[in-house]
Amino acid sequence: MSVDVANVLNLVLAGVLTGLVYGLMALGLSVIFGVVRVVNFAHGEMMTIAMYATVMLFTALNLDPFLAVFPVAAGFFVFGYLLQAGLINPFVTRPEHTQFMLLVALAMILVNLLLMIFGPDARNVQLDYLLESIELGPLLIDRGKLYAALVACATAAAFFLFFKYALLGKAIRACADNYLGGKVVGLNVKRLYALTFGLGSACLAVAGCMMVLLVDVTPVLGPSYTLLAFVIVIVGGLGSMAGALLGGVLIGVSEALAGLYFTPSAKSMFSFALLILVLLFRPQGLLGKRP
Amino acid sequence: MSRGAVLLAVFVLVLLALPAMVNNYVLSVAVLILYFAYTGQAWNVMMGFAGQLSLGHSLYVGVGAYTAAALFTHYQVGPWAGIWAAMLACMLLGAVMGFLAFRFGISGVYFALLTIAFAEFTRIGFDHLDWLGGSGGLFLRVERRDMNDLANLRGSPVMFYYVMLALAAAAFAFCAWLLRSRAGYYWQAIRENEEAAQALGINTFRYKMLAVVISSGMTALAGVFFAFYYNNLFPEQIFHISRSIEIILGPIIGGLGTLFGPVLGAVLLTVLADGITELVAALGLDIPGVKQVFYGVTLLLVVMFLPNGIWPAIASRLGIRPQGSGRSDD
Repeated sequence: MSVDVANVLNLVLAGVLTGLVYGLMALGLSVIFGVVRVVNFAHGEMMTIAMYATVMLFTALNLDPFLAVFPVAAGFFVFGYLLQAGLINPFVTRPEHTQFMLLVALAMILVNLLLMIFGPDARNVQLDYLLESIELGPLLIDRGKLYAALVACATAAAFFLFFKYALLGKAIRACADNYLGGKVVGLNVKRLYALTFGLGSACLAVAGCMMVLLVDVTPVLGPSYTLLAFVIVIVGGLGSMAGALLGGVLIGVSEALAGLYFTPSAKSMFSFALLILVLLFRPQGLLGKRP
Repeated sequence: MSRGAVLLAVFVLVLLALPAMVNNYVLSVAVLILYFAYTGQAWNVMMGFAGQLSLGHSLYVGVGAYTAAALFTHYQVGPWAGIWAAMLACMLLGAVMGFLAFRFGISGVYFALLTIAFAEFTRIGFDHLDWLGGSGGLFLRVERRDMNDLANLRGSPVMFYYVMLALAAAAFAFCAWLLRSRAGYYWQAIRENEEAAQALGINTFRYKMLAVVISSGMTALAGVFFAFYYNNLFPEQIFHISRSIEIILGPIIGGLGTLFGPVLGAVLLTVLADGITELVAALGLDIPGVKQVFYGVTLLLVVMFLPNGIWPAIASRLGIRPQGSGRSDD
């Protein structure tokens, strides 16, 4: 195998692994939108908070990011629950632009609180095994990326099983399908919305813990991850869980290849071009159902 | 004379006399207010009148600014000729986006995300366009600040104040006329219930297109002004999504779909942002981010407690009927 082909394969593989973490981030957005019907414009900002929490747990307590997943996700579940119950629930029946304003204001507060507390400098975790890679013939697999992708897959699978088989998951899906019907059969819709927002936030928190292994964290990452999450869920199909992962992988690979064939700074241009094409020709997304 | 007319007359007189009464700093704040009043008015045509949520209006500011600035620096074409090219470019761009979106039945959140995608796509594209300076920026010649050259839009802050005042006033009058025109009534019908509007025989595709084209053309003018006022353009700044958000905050805070809403929103937000800067400095809290946190909290409170905006609430206190029907919450 020539060096060039191996090089491209390595990049694609790295793109797939990164993409799975992207997909997990988008999964949180998709779950929230699919049920609550509110677009979380503070999604990336919330993930940045999870990333800072992970970095802080590592520097203060030397807690490995793979273990930090548990406290961070639990904290985010509570945060998400309270956010929906206290702030967003009164807005679910209001017009879209009002919801948008609410979440934009929230995003502005979150990103700047991070800036106030941590300053603009980039932070990261330094772990020996992040520098190692596994050799598989011509392929070099980054260990940190591989583990992060595996955690992303496991979390996504857990969510999938929960919504498919657990009674609570079924109840949430019932609310999503039919708000009034859910109320009629005696479901506490507002509480289920809060639970969903909590679960979506926990999912996002896991993605944040894993993202720390891939990039350095700065406060300004927030808005760009919000946009990235939108691109992914629209491409994959809003409300489709498998679609979010597929969208994540597609975007991860397209970013990697754009970095190779053009310049790395142009990579998100391809994501947005993909988004525009999908919106125009398959607005329900690749794996979404027609509304 | 009605109460509303008296208030309006006083307001206009104060605006005309302002440069004689204040220093350069206050004047620059006033220019900023007028700029946001103008862009808010332009955005309001699309969202407030016709109900099409655009979160990507920085696209038209940016393309308008770059078109006129490129003609000026590369071909020595003056701004007053550049305006037409800028408007044409933005109206075409708006038409293409509107055509694609409305033909394929994209609405609501999806339409809003499409507008963001177009703006972001263009931002990154301009970052790599070396002819227009790329990410390093495009700069306009600044000659003498004390000479007012209206033909080339080179001059003192006072000149820019009056130019922006004229633009904002013209936009106000134009929107007042639009609201009472046939198109204005059709837009409001579409905003309230598109299916019902269609059932009444309104060609909703054509009128939504009209709203997008008018709004993008108006926004292009703001872009041209921006280019000649600030004399430097960076894709990272002018196309950024936070610019789009700045544009839409005014009309939403002021009162969506009303004529005074964008004006009032621009005044309140700009004064608020400035007041916060002063307050933060006075309290000795000058660390990055503090300002925006205050700003975000204020927005949050307004959205929570005054969801219809401030102008409708004030107008009823003053005994004036709000111009243009505000959007009804459903």
